Amino acid sequence: MSRAGTKLDSKKVNSELFTLTYGALVAQLLKDYENVEDVNKQLERMGYNMGIRLIEDFLARTGSGRCYDFRDTAEKIQTGFKIFLGITPTIANWSAAGDEFSLCFEANPLTEFVELPDHCLNLKYCNILIGVLRGACEMVQMEIACWFVQDQLKNDNVNELRVKFIKRLEDAIPAGED
Amino acid sequence: MRQQVIDTKMNSHTAGEADECLFEYLHTEMVNYTLSKASNKKEKEEELSRLEWMGFSVGYRIIERLTRDCSRFKDELDMIKFICTDFWSSLYHKQIDNLRTNHHGVYMLQDNSFRLLNKVGTNCNKQYLQESPRLLAFTCGLLRGSLANLGIISTVNAEISTLPSCKFHVQVQQM
Repeated sequence: MSRAGTKLDSKKVNSELFTLTYGALVAQLLKDYENVEDVNKQLERMGYNMGIRLIEDFLARTGSGRCYDFRDTAEKIQTGFKIFLGITPTIANWSAAGDEFSLCFEANPLTEFVELPDHCLNLKYCNILIGVLRGACEMVQMEIACWFVQDQLKNDNVNELRVKFIKRLEDAIPAGED
Repeated sequence: MRQQVIDTKMNSHTAGEADECLFEYLHTEMVNYTLSKASNKKEKEEELSRLEWMGFSVGYRIIERLTRDCSRFKDELDMIKFICTDFWSSLYHKQIDNLRTNHHGVYMLQDNSFRLLNKVGTNCNKQYLQESPRLLAFTCGLLRGSLANLGIISTVNAEISTLPSCKFHVQVQQM
C-alpha cells in the first residue's frame, strides 16, 4: 500500500511549513489591523518573544560564550542565521566607530512564496527578524537596534539588515517582557 | 567538539531552509496573539477559529507542494492514508499512530506523541491539560485545509485525554 516515489524531504517541507505559516500570520494581521504600521509593530513584538527563547537554543547548540566585541557578535549572529534559517549572510559596511554593520543575504526563506501587493508597500514583511535579533541580544545583555535598508520584496537587489549597537545592559535589570 | 555540532547542522540543509524549532516558536506566538484578542473564556473559544483559519490556509497550500509528484489517489481512504503517513511525517516528524474509520466518512487519527504537545507534559502531569487544546486548533485547520484541497469537505476537531497524545476526529461532509 506504499506509494512509490513520494519520499518527502522533511527538512524542506518543514521549512515550507514555516514560510507558509508565517505568511498566514501576516495575512491575518493585515486583516485584523487597519494600519500597516500596527502590523509591523505586532510582528516585531512576536519576533521579540521568539528571540528571547531562541537565544537559549542558540547557546545550547553552539556552546558559545560571551562576545568579546561587536565584531564577534556579528559573526555569532551570522552563525545564528546559518543554524535557524539555513542562509549565510555576509557581514559588510562596518561603520567607522565599529558599532554598526550590515547583514546582506539573497535567499530568504521567509519570503519564498511572497509578492507584495501595491497597497502594502509600507509593510515590513520580515519585521519578525528584527524582533528576533533584538530579543535574542537583549537576553545576552546587549541592546541593539536593527532595521532593513534594502528589501528584495521592494525590488532591491539584496536584503540588507542593518544592526546598530546601542548599549550594554547591566546585570541587575530584568528584561522587560510583554 | 563544538565545531562538529554546528557542522552537521550546516551540511544537512543547504540554502534557505528554516530550522524546525522556528515553526514551534512561531506557532506559540500565534496562539498567544489570537488569545490576546479575547477577554473572557467564551471569546477565547471564538478566537481559536481564527487560528484554525490560518491553519486551513496553510494546509490548503502545503498539500499542493506535497502532492506534486504523487500519483492520483484511488479514493477517500487513500487520501486519509496519505495524510497519516507522508503528510504527517513531513510536518511532524512521525506518522499517525492509529487510524480508525467507520467507513461512512468518520475518521479518527491518533498521535501518541504529538510534536506541539510533547514538551508540555506527560500523562502523569495534568497541570497544563486545560490549556492544551488551544495548541491543536492550528493543526485542525491544517488537516481541514489539506483535505479541502484534495476535494474532501470536512470538519475536524481534536481531543486530548492524556498528554502528549491527542486524537483528531475528521467528519467528512457527504455531498
